[in-house]
Amino acid sequence: MRPLIVGAGPAGILAAQTLVNSGIRPVVIDEAPSGGGQIYRQRLVPDERSAKDLYGSEANKATALHRTFAGIRDRIDYHPETLVWNLRDKVADAVTGHRTRRIPFSHLILATGATDRVLPFPGWTLPGVFTLGGSQIALKSQGCAIGEEVVFLGSGPLLYLVAWQYVKAGAKVAAVLDTSPLSAKLHLLRGLFAQPSVVLRGFRYVTELMARGVAVRFGVQPILIDGTARVEGVVWRERGEEHRLTCDAVGYGFSLRSETQLADLAGCRFVFDTRDRAWRPERDGAGRTSMPGVYIAGDGAGIAGADAAELAGERAGLALIEDAGLLVDRARIGVLERKLARIQKFRDVLESAFPFPETWANSIADDVTLCRCEEIAIGDVRAAVRDQGVFELNRLKALTRVGMGRCQGRMCGSAAMEVLAAACGQSPDAAGRLRAQPPIKPIPMGVMAQEETA
Amino acid sequence: MSHALHRDVAIIGGGLVGSSAALALRRMGFSVVLLDKGFCGAQASGVNYGGVRRQGRAPEQIALSQRAHAIWPRLKDLIGVDGEFVRSGHLKLARTEAEMASLEAYATRVADLGLDLELIGGNQLRERFPWIAGDVMGASLCAGDGHANPRLVSAAFAHAARRAGVDVLEHTRVSHVERATDGFYLWAGSNTEIKASFVINSAGAWAGPFAEAFGEPVPLHAIYPSMIVTEPLDVFMSVNIGAEGGGIYARQVERGNCIVGGMRGEPLAEPDFSRPTGSGAVTIMNRAAALFPALRHAYAIRSWSGTEGEMADRNPVIGFSRTTPNLIHAFGFSGAGFQIAPGVGEVLAELVRDGESRTPIQAFAIDRFARTIQGSRADNGLEPKKRETAR
Repeated sequence: MRPLIVGAGPAGILAAQTLVNSGIRPVVIDEAPSGGGQIYRQRLVPDERSAKDLYGSEANKATALHRTFAGIRDRIDYHPETLVWNLRDKVADAVTGHRTRRIPFSHLILATGATDRVLPFPGWTLPGVFTLGGSQIALKSQGCAIGEEVVFLGSGPLLYLVAWQYVKAGAKVAAVLDTSPLSAKLHLLRGLFAQPSVVLRGFRYVTELMARGVAVRFGVQPILIDGTARVEGVVWRERGEEHRLTCDAVGYGFSLRSETQLADLAGCRFVFDTRDRAWRPERDGAGRTSMPGVYIAGDGAGIAGADAAELAGERAGLALIEDAGLLVDRARIGVLERKLARIQKFRDVLESAFPFPETWANSIADDVTLCRCEEIAIGDVRAAVRDQGVFELNRLKALTRVGMGRCQGRMCGSAAMEVLAAACGQSPDAAGRLRAQPPIKPIPMGVMAQEETA
Repeated sequence: MSHALHRDVAIIGGGLVGSSAALALRRMGFSVVLLDKGFCGAQASGVNYGGVRRQGRAPEQIALSQRAHAIWPRLKDLIGVDGEFVRSGHLKLARTEAEMASLEAYATRVADLGLDLELIGGNQLRERFPWIAGDVMGASLCAGDGHANPRLVSAAFAHAARRAGVDVLEHTRVSHVERATDGFYLWAGSNTEIKASFVINSAGAWAGPFAEAFGEPVPLHAIYPSMIVTEPLDVFMSVNIGAEGGGIYARQVERGNCIVGGMRGEPLAEPDFSRPTGSGAVTIMNRAAALFPALRHAYAIRSWSGTEGEMADRNPVIGFSRTTPNLIHAFGFSGAGFQIAPGVGEVLAELVRDGESRTPIQAFAIDRFARTIQGSRADNGLEPKKRETAR
């Protein structure tokens, strides 16, 4: 048995640990130079920052996860800085630097995580604009802020977490502009019963931000990011009035979207998750996909956060062990499933507290860039609908090039789906989803093929 | 609610052949319905490499190819977009002496057919095309050939046909066709019934069963050519590149992306879709990086593959059925249909209108296989009621 785990974040590491505990030696492939995933990303070079500086309230979890990974290091085959760029018939093509090799596997656990959902608005392509995740990478991995005076904009729990991390690190945060209304936050009171620690932590972030003089605004409608050569300020509307704030960098994002291309290449069936407004691989409570031997865990299986990712990683590991005919701890499975169910319920609360900006797709101007790789504007999508009767995302890609560039739709796909569906007067699922093709991320033309490795 | 249509011509398959035939027929005044099981131009016509090339075709294809050659520069007038057609020239490389000899022999064979081929020796090649590296012995240049964007061209033909008044029914799979005394009856989609005087079978890789239903089995099988696309680069590749003996072809679009092909993918579980293989993709990338130094440090950003019908002799079937009057076949372009398809569309329209075409197509007759295929259904009388004397 030779399971392959893709991703060494909370889900991947816990899945690996679970397999190792049953005497199975998995292959673990991760794009990052060290384990932890996006949430518990490690710095590139050691510096004087402590775990507390880097991860704040989550320092203990981060440290524990890193320790877990170090503890199983000699009982797994670990390939850092390696990208699985293709999957087919139980063989993965994985590239490390300029070398690619074919890695056969018996089972597959996909723990591929998520990236920010990007909703374009005027000025979003100016230098100095980062996603929330990108802002976090800069801070955690490279120990630098994205600017001297940063505005965080968008929606979702990550908005406050990143802002708080920046403040803690000593960066100047000019404002946090939340596109969802303050009233939506009342939903969090419901969440107090389900996940009190998470909700209280969120409140703590906000109160600490305010205590340090950071302006926190709700119900913000972004108008534009101002600037010629780079970011000079942010203009927004709030309760009918226009506001402007000077800044030199903007971190923004509207919740997260799952990274699902490998699940697609693996042949998994997809379902539309109305809460996340996104397609994700179909899975059972244990992480089994529609493909035998293929499991999925963590944010790549639908957005649920780091705590859920650890639980789901372990659950998927146990499912694999069980399916392989080995013994599993039923009581433990019960505990994991109950905890996961509780988090799932809490996700509903979070989505109500940080609702998707429903009016965005119809209100965004035609001349705003939608797909920056291929330089396609919002209006190009609407024109394709109007002039060519397009209603499906792959057809839109074929006729307009949306999603055809370097990111293969990972960045623009969500927004393209929203604009296309809105222009057709349909719900977002009606637009379909972009089919994945290898390579899932760019790889060098001069890549050298290596023999299969054990 | 059932949907009934009565049209002069029903075309099965909305690829470039079916769409261009639909447009040409409509302009002659025929009423036309164009049917596709998916989106028009979403299969081989829309996802091929994009080579618009006459060079290298079998001599019997050249007349048809020349006819199409005259259409390509007129696309803007004809379908409203130019389809990114560029008359860049097509340069076919020879990597060995034998390949060079083969290029020379071909040039002699087609000398009178108007391709204006120019044979280029190794030294001159390095001088004129310094961006090509490696041991290339020489090449043959066809300056009038070029390339275009299949994604746009094929969909635009279907769209132009629709604007001209053709009933374009997408996502409408034809499940059954039969011939009665008063014409053809087609059942398509969930509830569409069509009566037509003529049927054109331009169903590409899916055309076999339609031919077979009329007693004309053909040696047609599916192939899955696959392509790799680089990130946008400074434009260096001034011509569409091919190679004698195959293995690689490449072009660079105005935006700067290079498109490289030469290997085949594999079908997915849902066989209408296919995907390049990992090792095939690496092989193409490596060949391209070796031949073009500018690509050595470039990144491949995407790949694609499509389903195409290939005939045993790599020539298409074009022309009237030998079993069934007013049934016309046009399929099996064997990975080389993109350039000639607009010409084929005109030919098909002439066949409907005049019963013959001014461009010779005898070499593509469907009965060229009758002698080689044992027990053809035409002979064992599967469809006795429908058999009538061939035209």
